[in-house]
Amino acid sequence: MRWFTAQRTFLAALLGVLLAAALPFVLLHGSAGPLLEQNNYWLGVFTFIAIYTILAVGLNLLMGYAGQASLGHAAFYGIGAYTSAILTTRTACSPWLAMLCGIVLTGVVALLIGMPCLRLRGHYLAMATLGFGWIVFIVMRQWEPITGGSSGIENVPSLAIGGLVFDHDVKCFYLTWALALLVLVISANIVNSRVGRAFRAVHGSETAAAALGVPIARFKVQVFVLSSMYAALAGSLYAHVVKYVNPSPFDFHASVSLVVMGCIGGMASVWGAPLGAATITLLKERLQLLPWRDIDVIIYGLILIVVMVFLPGGLVSGVQVAVTRLRRQRRTAAAREGAPL
Amino acid sequence: MTPLLHVAHLRMVFDGLVAVDDASFDISAGQIKALIGPNGAGKTTLLNVISGLLTPTSGQVALADKPIHGLPPHRVAALGIARTFQNVELFPAMTVLEHVMVGRHLRSRSGFFAAALRLPGMRREERQIHLDAERYLAQVGLSAHADDLARDLPFGKQRLLEIARALATEPKLLLLDEAASGLSTREKKELVNLIFAIRDIGVTIFLIDHDMDLVMSISDEVVVLDHGEKIAEGTPHAVQNDDRVIAAYLGEEPVHA
Ligand SMILES: Nc1ncnc2c1ncn2[C@@H]1O[C@H](COP(=O)(O)OP(=O)(O)O)[C@@H](O)[C@H]1O
Ligand SMILES: [Mg+2]
Repeated sequence: MRWFTAQRTFLAALLGVLLAAALPFVLLHGSAGPLLEQNNYWLGVFTFIAIYTILAVGLNLLMGYAGQASLGHAAFYGIGAYTSAILTTRTACSPWLAMLCGIVLTGVVALLIGMPCLRLRGHYLAMATLGFGWIVFIVMRQWEPITGGSSGIENVPSLAIGGLVFDHDVKCFYLTWALALLVLVISANIVNSRVGRAFRAVHGSETAAAALGVPIARFKVQVFVLSSMYAALAGSLYAHVVKYVNPSPFDFHASVSLVVMGCIGGMASVWGAPLGAATITLLKERLQLLPWRDIDVIIYGLILIVVMVFLPGGLVSGVQVAVTRLRRQRRTAAAREGAPL
Repeated sequence: MTPLLHVAHLRMVFDGLVAVDDASFDISAGQIKALIGPNGAGKTTLLNVISGLLTPTSGQVALADKPIHGLPPHRVAALGIARTFQNVELFPAMTVLEHVMVGRHLRSRSGFFAAALRLPGMRREERQIHLDAERYLAQVGLSAHADDLARDLPFGKQRLLEIARALATEPKLLLLDEAASGLSTREKKELVNLIFAIRDIGVTIFLIDHDMDLVMSISDEVVVLDHGEKIAEGTPHAVQNDDRVIAAYLGEEPVHA
């Protein structure tokens, strides 16, 4: 329990663990063979939701708590994925070490981008990351000897702990959700701390936060670096789960869908991230079946507008607002009847 | 003795508009000093320069002999200057208690890593921050509102919250920008008591206000600014009888005689 900020964090984490643990049993009910060696379409989808959850949490922190947008987050995701793929297929590097390298490299890159952009007020970061996203995408496509160009890199090895190789859907599902929950708990802890309060203060009023001694530029850079490192972790997981990387999952579309995910899930709580991730992932699965190209971007745009207008805090805050209103109504009703509160 | 704050030949120009023009004055430790002047005289601008929100065009500001002009606001705060804002600057999504907890930022140190893992030292510090914040809230009489969102507070209490939040940084010098404006007579009386209490715990106060009765009754010294220029400085009595001050206020509200 000590590991959690509050009872609420603990309960949310517990609920997450239980849901995640139970899902494969539900989906695979009645199928033959050992559980851990099963493949299943829906487990694959849920594995992606876990990966996107990690990405969405990072964007949540960045947008919701530091008030900054990144329009190139898919690039950090891509750097994580490609670092893993390149190091494990072209050198003798182990997958875990490759993952670590990707995360560190991405953190350094984000630091270099963030420092000049975040010293200034305004949305320089959005512009810089937009440009950066394009550059990374072009490098992935054009630097054939290293990245394999548009055909990408095949045969990326799976992650393994001792003899346990994460190669089937069930195992990948548990692995990605374990890491997603870890990221969620860590993020909730950060939010509910001195550092998190400083973030929220910066978002509320930079002037007041600075006048209270919060070094706003440094804090913004830190949260940007953290969110980019989450993205790299997600990218590395992607590479080792899918065992194949190519440039297309890391393009501008992906960056946009990540921003939409962050918005849908809500800026009010990191626990909204899985909701945003699930909404977009499931939507994408459906939209792929439609014959129109780029319909997803139009739909994302519409969702973004609807969320911004009706639920500016995202789905989670919408629920919170509804609950608070209900409670207040009940309380006033009780007060009117003269009942004790 | 060196003054707590020394302001010398301070000038702040915005695109050709001279907001503060060659202002010089000192604030001694333990004083309540007031800054008055007609609207647009440059009072807030002067406070913004002192607190590091603006870099002066020229001139110096020194806190206990250490030059601070041009330092970023968080460094100025760390050196011991806290402030409130004329148009209250709250954190809309945060509770009253959380505001004061942010005020403890400088007096605590846990970073990212300790927070992420909830290390024991960090948890101990969190409890301390919580206790301290409650103490500052109690000092301004807002304990009952600890869990309310700051934006839901009535205006007068928002001003008090800004003071509690600033006090939580344990400043040497507290700058109050029109802390009494918009308050009822009763709230003003409470504010005056609070200001005296703050002075009594050793915090020097530099305040801007338009309520001449209030300013003249609580200040040890008054600085008068007009069109960015210092036109008078001295005891309330001397300032009230100064010809230039009377002239500057002609057509405005009369200086209380
Ligand atoms: N950031 C700014 N940019 C441009 N002009 C400003 C700025 N801040 C203040 N001013 C101008 O400086 C003058 C002094 O303003 P201010 O310091 O707010 O006066 P006071 O607080 O005495 O009423 C005004 O003419 C105001 O319009
Ligand atoms: Mg003013």
